[in-house]
Amino acid sequence: MFAFIISRILQALPVMLTVALISFAMFAYVGDPVAIMLGQDFTEAQRQALVKDLGLDQPFWVQFGTFLGNAVQGEFGLSYRLSRPVSDLIAERAPATLELAFTAAILALLIGVPLGVYTGLYRNSWLSRFFLTFSLVGVSLPTFLIGILLILVFAVWLGVLPSFGRGDTVKLGWWSTGFLTWTGIKALVLPSITLGLFQLTLIMRLVRAEMLEVLRADYIKFARARGLPNRAVHFGHALKNTLVPVITIVGLQLGAIIAFAIVTETVFQWPGMGLLFIQSVNQADIPVMAAYLLLISALFVTINLIVDLLYYAVDPRLRIGRGQGAH
Amino acid sequence: MAATLRRFFDSDLWWSFTRSPITMLSAVVALICILGALFAPWLAPHNPFDLASLNLLDAFKPPSWTEEGERAYLLGTDDQGRDVLSAIMYGARVSLLVGLSATLFATTLGVTLGLLAGYLGGKLDALLMRICDVQLTFPSILVALLIDGVVRAALPREVHDQIALFVVIFAIGISEWPKFARTVRGSTMVERNKEYVQAARVIGVAPPRIMLSHVLPNVMGPVLVIATLNLGLAILSEATLSFLGVGVPATQPSLGTLIRIGNDFLFSGEWWITIFPGITLIAMVLSVNLLGDWLRDALNPKLR
Amino acid sequence: MSGQNPLLEVRHLRVEFPTRRGTLVALDDVSFTISAGEVLGVVGESGAGKSMTGAAIIGLLEPPGRIAAGEIRLDGERIDNLRYEDMRRIRGKDIGAIFQDPLTTLNPLYTVGRQLAETMTTHLPITPAEARKRAIGWLDLVGIPAAAQRIDSYPHEFSGGMRQRVVIALALCAEPRLIVADEPTTALDVSIQAQIIALLKSLAREKGTAMMLVTHDMGVIAETADRVAVMYAGRIAEIGPVRNVVKQASHPYTVGLMGSIPPLDRRVERLAQIDGAMPRLSAIPKGCAYNPRCPKAFARCSQDRPDLLPAGPTQAACWLYAGEGAGNG
Repeated sequence: MFAFIISRILQALPVMLTVALISFAMFAYVGDPVAIMLGQDFTEAQRQALVKDLGLDQPFWVQFGTFLGNAVQGEFGLSYRLSRPVSDLIAERAPATLELAFTAAILALLIGVPLGVYTGLYRNSWLSRFFLTFSLVGVSLPTFLIGILLILVFAVWLGVLPSFGRGDTVKLGWWSTGFLTWTGIKALVLPSITLGLFQLTLIMRLVRAEMLEVLRADYIKFARARGLPNRAVHFGHALKNTLVPVITIVGLQLGAIIAFAIVTETVFQWPGMGLLFIQSVNQADIPVMAAYLLLISALFVTINLIVDLLYYAVDPRLRIGRGQGAH
Repeated sequence: MAATLRRFFDSDLWWSFTRSPITMLSAVVALICILGALFAPWLAPHNPFDLASLNLLDAFKPPSWTEEGERAYLLGTDDQGRDVLSAIMYGARVSLLVGLSATLFATTLGVTLGLLAGYLGGKLDALLMRICDVQLTFPSILVALLIDGVVRAALPREVHDQIALFVVIFAIGISEWPKFARTVRGSTMVERNKEYVQAARVIGVAPPRIMLSHVLPNVMGPVLVIATLNLGLAILSEATLSFLGVGVPATQPSLGTLIRIGNDFLFSGEWWITIFPGITLIAMVLSVNLLGDWLRDALNPKLR
Repeated sequence: MSGQNPLLEVRHLRVEFPTRRGTLVALDDVSFTISAGEVLGVVGESGAGKSMTGAAIIGLLEPPGRIAAGEIRLDGERIDNLRYEDMRRIRGKDIGAIFQDPLTTLNPLYTVGRQLAETMTTHLPITPAEARKRAIGWLDLVGIPAAAQRIDSYPHEFSGGMRQRVVIALALCAEPRLIVADEPTTALDVSIQAQIIALLKSLAREKGTAMMLVTHDMGVIAETADRVAVMYAGRIAEIGPVRNVVKQASHPYTVGLMGSIPPLDRRVERLAQIDGAMPRLSAIPKGCAYNPRCPKAFARCSQDRPDLLPAGPTQAACWLYAGEGAGNG
């Protein structure tokens, strides 16, 4: 178990280093930070001083090392656009994004997985056909349009839910939460549906496909031949085998939720990391982009690690360490 | 030619097509979108880019069937007096162009690299698949955003605006190739070990020819399915990027750009500026996705 | 016992697959019986309908396949038209099944003990603790060493042969009266095949279980079965006591099939072979399905389809025996 975790962390390291290298390369070579920071009027001496100050006269690998060391301490320099430490900016906005993503993920999972199982088991019922049609519309609707439509109906026409912002938040240490106030929860409704709907339909379709695949397996036929009740065959044998690939999918989708939060936050002017990132892309604010990229990768790597651990718990074939666990 | 046609109409593919009204309907919708976009300069009632014909007095006209609507503007006008219907037709042109080009780019890149990885194996295979693994961990929209952001930062604004269309195509294409490479690699490895390929190798057919004439045709089925489904995704990605304001330049508005512009007027009640481009986008993507779904089921007899 | 109702009676069974290019008849007018404790071997080429017959008996035909005509009786009671839930209670309890590939028939995520116990608690009025105890007993009986320790192992921790032993235990653990064994040794190493067959044979004898043994291995049939049915293109070509079918086959197809097995007791220059291939289900010739390949075919063979006719000690679906049949009947 312990060795398994260690090996997975070791496998994740090269990925993180690659991403760090890309971030650093962006940082170092895209645009000219010196020119941006100095503004219009400067002397050659000032420029030289800043170059030395930023360590830009050092060899590449030294600079990269310094960058890594700073990054590990959460230090990403100043935003070109806002002239504030990037770490402060991100810390301010992380809670908004994480609360939104969390709510959307729960929504997508709690509805998407059961719907996928249902449509897989009873694939010819009219309700399944209805869900399937609904899901196809779901994957064809871009996230931002869902948001716009929801705003139009619930904020503009009905006027029952807010269309932008987080509502009132409560500070818990440095974390500001919207879960504890009525306006905060109301503000969360439309954005989390917007963010969750696409993932919900995707998860549902993938779970259904896996379920159909597993139901064709020999061991399911054999379970039927042993006369096990449908309940045991479907929700025991079939569902448990479906879990293995579904965990991977869901892990990937959690990553996608964080990414699509960028779109949702733009539509709803949600003061999170995604909005910060898109403004940075627009203004070529490289330090913020680099920091965001690193942070997101760290998040993905963590999610992947959790996925691997869940695998380990579900699939006994991995526990022997004998192989791939593939059928 | 006639024989080929007859074979097509006798095929399982055509049969399952005629048996599915939804598929036929989506084919019609997709065809309308494509033709409307392709022939926009001739079909559109107005030219939204002809500044001389724009009249600010015509701004914010609602659709023609409402009380204040005017017959000249079927779907109303936007804040600058542009005809929404014409803007949609021109916008769909850009959306389709980017979607198709990006998919073509991703397909070509993915199929080539997948063939090489699957056929040659070894270090190249390991390296390419590792890149795929890493890239697939990241949602494609994020990859596209990053590429777009980096190019934006690296180039001066004027230069960037000129090549923005290509940047978007490149960014979306790059973010989608691993799916193709993975599939093609898998099928290639299976095909490579089949006897007819072994035989071709033994008699000394050159590897590029084996790949092109023996392996490639056998992996085209799944590639076609992924490409169709990917087209819908690429159109959505472009719309999303443009909605975020980092996609195609403002001088060549796509459907996503139109929706972003209209979004500013949603609260003041001018819903048609957003909603009609939105409906067009949905119709386009939904019909392409339905076609892709059908193609997948029709080419995969296991699911029937 | 014998002479009364047979344990299993299949009469005029017809299985169809509707497809877009018309209905395929996978099984046509298949009739046979299995008495209590008897082993019926079913042989034939791939696609002859052997496995399909087994699937029809346990009520697990793959859709869109369906029983279009005929009936299947267990102890005189029809089981081919039961509701799913009623048939489910029969599967495992009255009719056990063994599949071809032990690598895929066991659920990889459950221990073998759990799979055995759930089968027993489904069909027998016993507590989980009792089921576990019996599961160890079954593993021991099918020859798994250190059964008490291996009961909590997962399928992937067993070899292929050992897994097929587990599958046999699973098929027998609710003490069914009939086992449908569909090519139980085909996927195994040759060295293991004999062990598995010997195990099946001794267990069936010991428990008095009847067995329908589907295989294309004539050697297995010869040493295991009491009677044998030879299938060709969805029909039974010949059925009779195993010794007669092997040594003095009546149907020209059986003769050809037996001729293609290398004899151990004498040298032959060249094995007999049957020209051509079995027809596809979509293109079964008129008359006797075997007539285009049959060395003894005559005019009637390409016109009318023969039913099973008495041919000495066996029954053969062949016009060669029309006279004999008329004489006896």
